[in-house]
Amino acid sequence: MPATFTRIPADVERKDTGIGGKPPVDRRPTGGGGGDDNWENHPNGRRGPRELLTRYRMGLFCALAGDLMFFIALVSAFFVHQNAGHFDPRDAYISDWHPLVVPPILWINTAILLLSSLTIEIARRHLFHEVDVMEEWLGLGRPAVRRASPWMIGTVILGVLFLIGQWIAWKQLASQGLFFTTTQNSHFFYLVTATHGLHLVLGIAALLFALGALFLLRRVEMRQITVDCTAWYWHTMGIFWIFLFVLLTCFQ
Amino acid sequence: MTDHVWWMPPNGALHGAAIDRLMWWNLVALATLFVLAHIFLFIALIRRKSTGHDLSPMRWEYLPLIALTVLYAWMAVSAQKLWATIRYQGAAPHALQVEVTGQQFQWYFRYPGPDHTFGRTRPELVSAPAGNPLGLDPADPHSADDIVSSVLTLPAGHEADLGIRSIDVIHGFFIPGMRVKQNAVPGMEMHIHFTPATPGDYPILCSQICGLGHARMQAHLNVVSNSEFEAWIAAKGRKK
Amino acid sequence: MSLSVQQKAPSHRLLTTDHRSIGINYLLLSLVAVTIGTILSIFMRIHIVSPMLKLPIWGVVPPEGYLALVTMHGTLMVFFVLTTAPVNGFASLVLPSQIGAERMAFPLLNAISFWLTTISLAVLLTAFFVPGGAPISGWTNYPPLSAIPAAGPGQATGMDLWLLSIGIFCLASILGAVNQLVTIISKRCPGMTLMRMPLTVWSWLVTAILILFAFSILLAAVVLLLSDRHFATSFFIPPGEVINGFAVDPHANGSPMLWLHLFWFFGHPEVYIAILPAMGLTSSLLANFTRKPVFGYRFMVVTTLLIGFFGLLVWGHHMFVSGMNPYAGTAFALTTMAIAIPSSGKVLGWMAMLWRGRDSRVHPLPTPMLFTLGFLSFFITGGLTGPILAQPVLDAYLHNTYFVVAHFHLIMAMAGVFSLFAAVYYWFPLITGRLMNERLGKWHFWLSLLGAYGTFFPMHFAGLAGMPRHYAQLGGSTSTLTSLMPLQTGISHSAFLLAATQLLFLVNLAWSARRGQPSGDNPWRATTAEWTPVTKGCIARYGPYEYRHSINSADFFQQCAERPEQE
Repeated sequence: MPATFTRIPADVERKDTGIGGKPPVDRRPTGGGGGDDNWENHPNGRRGPRELLTRYRMGLFCALAGDLMFFIALVSAFFVHQNAGHFDPRDAYISDWHPLVVPPILWINTAILLLSSLTIEIARRHLFHEVDVMEEWLGLGRPAVRRASPWMIGTVILGVLFLIGQWIAWKQLASQGLFFTTTQNSHFFYLVTATHGLHLVLGIAALLFALGALFLLRRVEMRQITVDCTAWYWHTMGIFWIFLFVLLTCFQ
Repeated sequence: MTDHVWWMPPNGALHGAAIDRLMWWNLVALATLFVLAHIFLFIALIRRKSTGHDLSPMRWEYLPLIALTVLYAWMAVSAQKLWATIRYQGAAPHALQVEVTGQQFQWYFRYPGPDHTFGRTRPELVSAPAGNPLGLDPADPHSADDIVSSVLTLPAGHEADLGIRSIDVIHGFFIPGMRVKQNAVPGMEMHIHFTPATPGDYPILCSQICGLGHARMQAHLNVVSNSEFEAWIAAKGRKK
Repeated sequence: MSLSVQQKAPSHRLLTTDHRSIGINYLLLSLVAVTIGTILSIFMRIHIVSPMLKLPIWGVVPPEGYLALVTMHGTLMVFFVLTTAPVNGFASLVLPSQIGAERMAFPLLNAISFWLTTISLAVLLTAFFVPGGAPISGWTNYPPLSAIPAAGPGQATGMDLWLLSIGIFCLASILGAVNQLVTIISKRCPGMTLMRMPLTVWSWLVTAILILFAFSILLAAVVLLLSDRHFATSFFIPPGEVINGFAVDPHANGSPMLWLHLFWFFGHPEVYIAILPAMGLTSSLLANFTRKPVFGYRFMVVTTLLIGFFGLLVWGHHMFVSGMNPYAGTAFALTTMAIAIPSSGKVLGWMAMLWRGRDSRVHPLPTPMLFTLGFLSFFITGGLTGPILAQPVLDAYLHNTYFVVAHFHLIMAMAGVFSLFAAVYYWFPLITGRLMNERLGKWHFWLSLLGAYGTFFPMHFAGLAGMPRHYAQLGGSTSTLTSLMPLQTGISHSAFLLAATQLLFLVNLAWSARRGQPSGDNPWRATTAEWTPVTKGCIARYGPYEYRHSINSADFFQQCAERPEQE
């Protein structure tokens, strides 16, 4: 390609946007550094240690906003079905809606998921603990990684437990004679739990990836970003599950 | 203004005249704007003079925008009034009941017969080769006198209440000459009502893509005088 | 999360994460799609006027073949041309440079979305070669026609491939939108405040938000429909469904209306996704070629935001006669009329910009300017029929007739494509360092304009005459439509002219890429930052459209400059 094509040199790793600088920590410096639009507040050339972290988080939250719309569309199917009854020519109300009693194990699952949110939050906080982070940044060992990884492993275990719990819930429903295709409501129940479960499988994959990243990635900041994004994803899935659970139990 | 607007087919329905009038005004207003805008574009294209000073946003943006807003508001309000009179209310109780059923790729019209009640239909009985395209249930006493026709015949000057349904995919029930269109959605029955005014033969088309025979899913609406209609329905009833 | 930001210099054009190369790849992908889509439309036009003619490759087209052509033409054009090219293609090409960034926020993600889009196109095109052929239910794919394989040829494997393809496309678009959104928010160079962003960037910002909303909904709808087709659910299949004499599912209790709502909640924002970047580009190019600042920059920004907002609230105007409650029809009619106001405001702004005149010594109407004027003309012509279709009582007559076909082909397809042409002619020097041939470009413009009006304007009359769209032939048991044959023949001939003219464009592309006149750094003397050669970070010192500064011989100020060394 001609010259103009490489007018700006091809990607070289950024050096000036916070990489060489201090990684972000839990104690925020006062003033500046936020996402405000006033450029006078930003130091020239570098926009503070949180820039990269903020960018990845922002990307994640945008994607999750799309995901939220996805779930809203699925839930709209639930409400449309619920109100799909109609009057036949004899003015009798006909509705195929059979309320479904959720298996009680879902309560335990919900508790497990909430607990896992807690564990990953602890792991995430460990990675931003200022003293540990500075130690890692200066290359004096990896205290943050050491403290965070057990909590991460705990989260993985809890996540798998949740999925097993969902599987048991399906089995219980099936033993009641409610299969995927049985009623309108069971369609929705299976579809929405499966979709959410798929999201959690992705979340567990991300957790394992982050766990590996903790030990393999050399830059403190990238370790923080992986765990941070995974944690926020996990929290969001927890919140989605609460919504769905409330929907499935209270809005039959 | 002629009896029909530009390319539109002659109107044969009572409510059609108002629609045509509205359509005509809309087309005239917007065609005028179209011509003006293009004259403007053309002048701007050949104009060489460059106005040195800035134009006033008030005169160039806000005032014309307000004028356009008024135009749009007028359109919305006048159209809404008409829409409300045509669609908000159901048909009068004495209106002639006809059930229209779309099916790949055929329209069926069912008249309730002397008992003024439609018989029950059951999907599992639907069988066009066996002469029961709508799945009429012979066990229901109301269904015995129901008349099923492939031509829609309506008496002029008498309001018709069409219940539109489909048994397979979404069809579009469209009578250009009556200015009537309504989708036939399976699982729902949609009601439209209108009063045919001018006797004649009007095409009925399918306006919603429904499969490979979409283009040939056509039927006829026959608007006849009251006495002819009585004779037609009596003959249909005898033939059964 | 992508961690491999660490990367080598792009060794291969295709596997690169460099945003310019990805932009070019996107544009080439769109070029493939638009070529196929145009050939399909030519086949359609031939079939309408002479159904028994043997086409090359295809043979005699059966009615379902015609519908397959319609479906694939619509899908290719809407998704892979009007969405991919302006939103992903040009945004990847110039968006980072316009805000003074060196790269997108997530370069690898950008490459991934490109490859997903490519896979999606490949999957879609496979539908032609499977048993039964391509789907026949139109690009809107209303169930139950699309939900039950027995409903028609092409509705089995072909339909599955369509859904799969669109599902992948949704994913790619969402990822692309996330990338653009984060890029615009976080990667602007110092000094590039929100109110200093070029209007194209504002458009891409709103577009990305719309994509995030709309394509997520479409993805959910696609998942539900696939579940209906393969897992025996019945979200969209109503009770008492009988197809081809067989009762489908006695327990079904779904509603096709749910699909309509979900689809159009995506479908209408999609129209704005396609046209908003064109609007931004038009403002920029008019400012450039008249050598005057954009008239009412703030006004343009506000109208862009309003259009994006109202765009999410008007989906019901596609469903006035679909069985929706008539009161809902009234509500959607009002929101639709409301969206006409910011759109009209934009047009008025552009007209005012034109009226201030242009400096003919600088630019005697170059091709990008001509295409921008073409966009304006089509946008006005297509836009003016919008208020008619927004009135339920008139739409009840015109819905799904050729009038609607004329409306959206003018305002979305032709306006969009003309703006794409303007963009190609304008940004071609960025890609190749050469200008496109002006003489060929002018012929291309005038013949296209003639062909496009000749094709789509008469369709208004066919629509007023009551001719429904998607009709494979004009015959049938009623005779009214056969009288439209001369009109349709004329339309077909114009369409051939329009398609043949595009060969000029292809020739021009190929010729200019090798032999075109070298352009230099800033051939259009533009202000926006993609024309500023910067090696190492830049800083925005001015607004985006600082033209008409004739004091110091320079009549414009480039928005960005090299950032002074510091520290």
